[in-house]
Amino acid sequence: MAELTYRDAVIRGIAQEMQRDPDVVFLGEDVAKAGGVFKATVGLYEQFGPLRVRDTPISEQAILGAAMGAAMTGLKPIAEIMFSDFFAVCFDYIANEFPKSRYMSNGQLKCPLVVRTGNGAGSRFGAQHSQSVENWCMMIPGLKVVAPSSPRDVIGLLAASVRDPDPVIFLEHKSLYPTKGEVPDGEIVDSLGTAKVLRSGKDATICALALMVPRALEAAEKLKTEHGIDCEVVDVRSLVPLDTQTILGSVAKTHRLFTVEENPRLCGWGAEIVSITADEAFYDLDGPPVRITTPHIPLPAADILEDAVLPTPDRIAETVRRSLNS
Amino acid sequence: MATAKDRAQAKAGSGLNDDIGEQKRLELYRTQVVIREAEQRAYDLFLQNLVKGTSHLSLGQEAVAAGFAGAMIKEDLSFCTYRGHAHTLARGVSVEKVLGELMQRDNGLMRGKGGSMHLTSAEHGVMGSYAIIGAHLPIACGAAWRAQYKGAKDVSVCFFGDGTTNIGAFHEALNFAAVWKLPVIFVCENNLYMEYTPIGDVTAVPHPAADRASAYGLERIVIDGNDADVVYRTAQAAFDKARAGDGPSLVECLTYRHSGHSRADPAKYRPDGELDRWKLRDPIKIYRERLLQFGVSEKTIGDIEAQVRKVVDDATEACKAAPPPPLDIISTDVYADGGWAWRN
Repeated sequence: MAELTYRDAVIRGIAQEMQRDPDVVFLGEDVAKAGGVFKATVGLYEQFGPLRVRDTPISEQAILGAAMGAAMTGLKPIAEIMFSDFFAVCFDYIANEFPKSRYMSNGQLKCPLVVRTGNGAGSRFGAQHSQSVENWCMMIPGLKVVAPSSPRDVIGLLAASVRDPDPVIFLEHKSLYPTKGEVPDGEIVDSLGTAKVLRSGKDATICALALMVPRALEAAEKLKTEHGIDCEVVDVRSLVPLDTQTILGSVAKTHRLFTVEENPRLCGWGAEIVSITADEAFYDLDGPPVRITTPHIPLPAADILEDAVLPTPDRIAETVRRSLNS
Repeated sequence: MATAKDRAQAKAGSGLNDDIGEQKRLELYRTQVVIREAEQRAYDLFLQNLVKGTSHLSLGQEAVAAGFAGAMIKEDLSFCTYRGHAHTLARGVSVEKVLGELMQRDNGLMRGKGGSMHLTSAEHGVMGSYAIIGAHLPIACGAAWRAQYKGAKDVSVCFFGDGTTNIGAFHEALNFAAVWKLPVIFVCENNLYMEYTPIGDVTAVPHPAADRASAYGLERIVIDGNDADVVYRTAQAAFDKARAGDGPSLVECLTYRHSGHSRADPAKYRPDGELDRWKLRDPIKIYRERLLQFGVSEKTIGDIEAQVRKVVDDATEACKAAPPPPLDIISTDVYADGGWAWRN
């Protein structure tokens, strides 16, 4: 067991998979010699050499297209798109190519690849370098979408993603890179489509993803100590496949549902979870499900403005308290 | 140093026992006739409302597909556009499977799940037909990267139209392939119209592909895309270069589509007489005359044509008799587990 940052966990996760399988290759902008703009790939070039860890031009379509062509023909590429906002310039691959080639070819083509990307706010970079794009990805049939919240999950879910036979969008949260957590020694392999109950409780279920997970946990502590409200916190971890059983199981126990989403409100992932819960567990609910989200706005750059729009532990706690008391 | 174009042109027209030879020439002719007959049949079936959806024919462009496929080894990979019937057929995929897909029958290449614009036959090296302009150039780079990484001898060949040269992915892929020295060949079929608009009206240079080659350190290659011998020789030189580890090529093939952009297009935007002039340079007419001139008998040529017509007739009947796809394939092969489940 060692304490590792989320950033170092990315390095360890990639290295674990590259060591295991020589068909795992890694490409992206500034990822090799420079070690990545977030320093989340430092040392991989030195460890695995220039044939397996490759710097690319600023050509997001070439990066994802090349990853796809390599994946179709036998490699297991990990491609990095520096900021998830840049998905918009290579969205054809994410929306039209990766997820549809197997279906359109009636199973003749495969696309086993991972796109890693820096997602989310907190760096004060403004509206084009801070977005949470998990809802852009979740809506596309054929993709898998993963967003870890802890160093241990980074390694385990990255390993599961690399070993998965489908295209996986792997959303690393930029604000989590410096955070630390305990990580066991040796190989770690998790499984996609499994949510985790991180805190057990009886009064309400709070579903969260990525950076919203530590905030939900902090809110739950506050609710317990200040108001005696006992919340269960579910780390969704994987939007596709979605572990609805764990979520519905928690709602069956607590009878209240809250989602905490960093993505802008419209069509956020929480809406799908609320919809599923309404369809399948309506009579388990003692009150309306509540979504706590970033408002439907482009993200502002200034720290005071950005802090005001993302769900915070205080806002989560206050929303839950008011809802339960109403 | 002689360029690929010089080499190709120097050898052209030197007789039946030249570097191409009789057997290869008959194969190149047969491939062109298969494409011509199958595409013409697709058009006829469309008029009978038996080909559904859209379709983009390669009538008049047969020599490009035949010439490149003729120079490939079995392991080489083809990446096509929505105008991909020709390149799919050229790799040996059966006419029945292609027409079946166009007619949306269960005997189609992808059982009706892809349609005319997405013909794919991995076992023949046809790694997909891509309907988003430019998308497959980077994908071909990736397949070539795999070959380079694994030390495999196959080359990836990416076919696209003149319109593709103005989209970003074209430029990203060319730079990427040149920098990584990938074994990939980019083949532009310049048929003069991006869709309805003349390519010259919307492009800064006269040759939309070749005039961009120098920007990526590549040789400028423009060839007669209606002469299968010229295409074949140019392709051979590009394959040799790729297999030797000397990187990508960009080949602009001048050609002309005899029909409109897609089935919905009567091509009224073309000036009077243009089609007639190009029909004088019909690739099949050119090649048939050359075979005769080189001493191949009318009977040998006629037998090939009759045999191909029978294949296309039989395929048509088989497709008409084939059932539509069963509804249960709607939910197959979304994910690698064979199904469509996104939740538990």
